[in-house]
Amino acid sequence: MSARLTRDNVAKVADLARLNLSEAELERYTEQLGAVLDHAEDVASLDLDGVPPTAHPLPLVNVLRDDVVVEGANRDEVLSQAPSVEDRRFRVPAILGEEP
Amino acid sequence: MSTIPSTALEIAAAVRSGALSAREVLDDHLARIDAQDGEINAFNLVMTDEARAAAAAVDARVAAGEDPGPLAGVPLALKDNLCTRGIPTTCSSRILEGWRPPYDATVVQRVNAAGAVSIGKTNLDEFAMGSSTENSAFGPTRNPRDTGRVPGGSSGGSAAAVAAGFAPISLGSDTGGSIRQPAALCGVVGVKPTYGMVSRYGLIAFASSLDQIGPFSTTVADSALLLEAIAGHDGRDSTSIDAPVPSLLESLGQGVDGLRVGLVTELMGEGIAPDVAARVRQAADALTAAGAQVGEVSVPAAAYGLSAYYLIAPAEASSNLARYDGVRYGMRVDAPTTAEMNAATRTAGFGEEVKRRIMLGTYALSAGYYDAYYGKALKVRTLIVRDFDKAYADFDLLLTPTSPTTAFKFGDKTADPLSMYLNDICTIPTNLAGHPAMSVPFGGGADGMPVGVQLLAPALGESTMFRAAAVLEAAAPALDEVWS
Repeated sequence: MSARLTRDNVAKVADLARLNLSEAELERYTEQLGAVLDHAEDVASLDLDGVPPTAHPLPLVNVLRDDVVVEGANRDEVLSQAPSVEDRRFRVPAILGEEP
Repeated sequence: MSTIPSTALEIAAAVRSGALSAREVLDDHLARIDAQDGEINAFNLVMTDEARAAAAAVDARVAAGEDPGPLAGVPLALKDNLCTRGIPTTCSSRILEGWRPPYDATVVQRVNAAGAVSIGKTNLDEFAMGSSTENSAFGPTRNPRDTGRVPGGSSGGSAAAVAAGFAPISLGSDTGGSIRQPAALCGVVGVKPTYGMVSRYGLIAFASSLDQIGPFSTTVADSALLLEAIAGHDGRDSTSIDAPVPSLLESLGQGVDGLRVGLVTELMGEGIAPDVAARVRQAADALTAAGAQVGEVSVPAAAYGLSAYYLIAPAEASSNLARYDGVRYGMRVDAPTTAEMNAATRTAGFGEEVKRRIMLGTYALSAGYYDAYYGKALKVRTLIVRDFDKAYADFDLLLTPTSPTTAFKFGDKTADPLSMYLNDICTIPTNLAGHPAMSVPFGGGADGMPVGVQLLAPALGESTMFRAAAVLEAAAPALDEVWS
């Protein structure tokens, strides 16, 4: 697992995370994230067969409540904070390649 | 000289009795902020108008013979990742600049209902990611004890606001030490409650399985007062614990006679500054002198806490921060397609550390690496919980440093993210286990800056933890006492 993080890995991850990185940033992040992952090798190299994972500190399964209607957020108040709105809905640029 | 008392308990008592008005208390604190916050930069926003209205409402209730509540007229600062309806909430990020939430966080509703006067929104490392408040998009907060040094982070503004006397109490959030470490570096009390004790509804999420809201104050009793006011079940947070709120104020005078306190060996050696370790030993002696049985205890998996945390927290963050896409709130950078708009917005809106954590988390969760990194980190989390369980079979409380060093200077750790992350080595294991912990000021280091000692307790062990905190507070050396 000690394979060092490559610049291509970082570029791929940036694309997945919807971040545009400059050449200089790609280089810097490759080095910095590599150092953090090297430190994490103490975890990655442990033999943890048979140890169950803990995703959460509380032993919660399903949290149920009575099906009672309560007041939600005010639609106009929510929309007033959006960058672009049309017909009381969020407006976005083209999604599927259609003309905007 | 101000005639306003310095603690929340005293202020609330004076306001409830009519000896002081909430308006007088507020004016005094606003004047201090006006005089000094230009240099400290604890606040992203001072809520002058809203605070005046809240103080007037408290005074009207007192005049009408009503009880305004346990925090009557007490100025309170809110970390700027707690939603306040109609009032800008930024997380110290450009991406949320100018956003006005359509609702109040549960803790904001509760402190308001208890009569507190919310005085402003405090600075933080962007989205609570950092240990120095240097990652804020709106400039760093300075440590009131030495303005050439950081206040710690991520809740640096909330810690500095209390240390500077801008408010006797404040709220922060703690994901890996973000309340306790700045409390230690600024010389104030800071508490991370048991995960689930305080509702996270309206706390803007960083790492949801670790985040917890808690108090800052100058005294142990004021943190007990504030925690009692904000704790308790909330149906709007599905991880909220449905259990009675412990009587923390009542526990304060009970002492530590017969309590078993374990000094964690893994957090007293390598990586801990000798002057800080010496103060922790001195604190252990103070507990012994008060009747506690202090021994050494090993929590071996704590050594892996940092690595596990810096896989788990970024993984959760990469998921939580996917919501900042320029569609529903905050900034948008226009582009021809939605996908390009998403990326352009996130690229312009997020700062460098937030991008670094999103990248780290996305990598740790990506196909081919998930089992090796995120999956293993979750198993290490199990080992940490087990090791704590073993330690708590023999001890009621654990004692460690809060931070490996006193407050460092601006720029000392910004070039090397890993060196910044190592600041959290003593605080992180508690978050992974979901347990409570708190930092109590205990004298100064060799540089004269405050040292915090950390008390840890098992889940819902707050009452016992506060008993020991009160003893340490009473025994703490003065900050200016010469270190030897």
